[in-house]
Amino acid sequence: MSRERLTELFAECRAEGRAALMPYMTVGLPSPEESVQLFVAMAEAGADGFEVGIPYADPLMDGPTIQAAGERALAAGSGVEVGLDLLGQIVTQTGKPCVVMTYVNPILRMGIEVFADRVAGAGASGVIVADLPVDEADVFIEAFEARGIGLVLFVAPTTTEQRLSRVLKADPPFVYGVAELGVTGVRTTASSHIPSLVSRVRRHSEVPVVAGVGISTPDQARAAASDADGVIVGSALVRGVLLANDVGEAEELLRIAIGDLARAVRPPR
Amino acid sequence: MPALEQLEVEFTKAWADPGFHQELDDLLRDFVGRPTPVYRAARLSDRLGIDLYLKREDLAHTGAHKINNTMGQALLTKRMGKRRVIAETGAGQHGVATATACALLGQECVVYMGEKDIERQALNVHRMRMLGTEVRPVTSGAGTLKDAVSAAMRDWVSSVDGTHYIIGSVVGPHPFPWMVRELQKVIGEELLEQMDGSSPHRPVPDVIVACVGGGSNAMGVFYPYAGSGVDLVGVEAAGFGLESGHHGASLVAGSPGVIHGSMTYLLQDDQGQILEAHSISAGLDYPGVGPEHSYFKDHGMVRYVSITDEEAVEAVHLLASIEGIIPALESAHALAWITKEAKSLEGKTVVLNLSGRGDKDVQQIVDAE
Repeated sequence: MSRERLTELFAECRAEGRAALMPYMTVGLPSPEESVQLFVAMAEAGADGFEVGIPYADPLMDGPTIQAAGERALAAGSGVEVGLDLLGQIVTQTGKPCVVMTYVNPILRMGIEVFADRVAGAGASGVIVADLPVDEADVFIEAFEARGIGLVLFVAPTTTEQRLSRVLKADPPFVYGVAELGVTGVRTTASSHIPSLVSRVRRHSEVPVVAGVGISTPDQARAAASDADGVIVGSALVRGVLLANDVGEAEELLRIAIGDLARAVRPPR
Repeated sequence: MPALEQLEVEFTKAWADPGFHQELDDLLRDFVGRPTPVYRAARLSDRLGIDLYLKREDLAHTGAHKINNTMGQALLTKRMGKRRVIAETGAGQHGVATATACALLGQECVVYMGEKDIERQALNVHRMRMLGTEVRPVTSGAGTLKDAVSAAMRDWVSSVDGTHYIIGSVVGPHPFPWMVRELQKVIGEELLEQMDGSSPHRPVPDVIVACVGGGSNAMGVFYPYAGSGVDLVGVEAAGFGLESGHHGASLVAGSPGVIHGSMTYLLQDDQGQILEAHSISAGLDYPGVGPEHSYFKDHGMVRYVSITDEEAVEAVHLLASIEGIIPALESAHALAWITKEAKSLEGKTVVLNLSGRGDKDVQQIVDAE
């Protein structure tokens, strides 16, 4: 029951009075062979879990950085099959709970059941499907739950109360709180939406809220961590990997960034 | 999602409001020039041995059927109290039609266009800019229509409060395919009146042929005829040939999947990655197709076929030389199918939905030759 690993993580973090740091990284960068070691480096530097991004040719929710990462990873030989293979290694070698981030079409192409088998078989805890609204999610949730994994659902500042209640009724392992309207990517200011998003969810449920989209700096992470149960940082980390000259440099950049972020999600001593 | 729900409610209310229809119909008549004529192509009919009529959407203001949709959605934008409009464009016809509607109604307009399309449809880029629209080049992917749709959607998720996205075809998430179909079905409704069998000059069509990229002109003319027994034929882009893998024939050669928020036939690889489409005509260069076309295909209500780049260019020359009409490369696909199938169509009354004029393509065709 790998979904429980997420539950345990958030319980642990709540007990410690801090937020979980869950970086996003496109799988297969800089190459399929060198990808897992980047996740290991992040785990060693203080990441609590991962959002493992499957490269996709038309990622509607993603900004230019993760689009470029997807194109680069696909060109380097990554993809859905390779990504799911690497997922198993990431789970095993980092020992951290992982959620897969993908889009709905690759899942339909593979078949929902087969995809769920693969994710569960890899030992991952959940799935984020960026373009799947809760209205269409039942068949996915059923397949995932039967295998002990969870479907993460989104709540945005524009989400209506009616929709929020449908999301909560679906019992996600955590709610992805969209901190900024728009696509993923670096923003210069801290989000002001997180406190209200978290309190809206809290009025109905204790489900963990993990903030993502537009969080890149330690200051932004610190602000989000004061309300949310977890923080997702993606584009800022991916950008470093894309800019690095080799995997060693990428690892080094990630260790520095994750170290800073891990301190930021903890209350000051 | 809330934006889509709001749009569904707003369009439902507008579409039930006689005042909205009055305003739209007046604009379509006085500004757009509707109804567009039906013209019997006498010389081409003789040559092909069929009775060929052209539904002249190329004569609508701005030179294509796209304006039917943009006038309606621009009015809806005004009704919703939004001041900014975004759109995507492939061939530039939808971009020009959107820019035109926005100029008329005083709305700010930004059009996303793939950089490859900006190059091959330069004339339309200049037209949009002259109309006061900002054309934003899209460099991701292959720089064509799919990437422009994605870029517009990405803009919309962060700007939705004051911005309406005028999508250009019967694609995207609900309510767009329905809304665009409702706004385009005026083509088929006019044709029903214009060719009602009331005189020998107005025979009821046996066959109606239209090109299909996203599928809005085809949907517009087919929808009022669906289930009527008239043979409906949608012509997709076969590009370099279906076997080459470089084409835009989602219905003929694709498989079901999800693209841009709707489930439909699309071009994808065995791992569900969306493939780049190819067509000489920017307006057919799209790896998906409107979901209602997928429904028509699955229920056998429309036949879908395909025509190569080369065949389409030949058809442009044919219509230009013997009828004095330069058709858009998109529409030329439909004509090419008619000429190719002339034998099996012999003696029949055939309507070609001539969705756009070809001025925009002249440079590209000349350069290629």
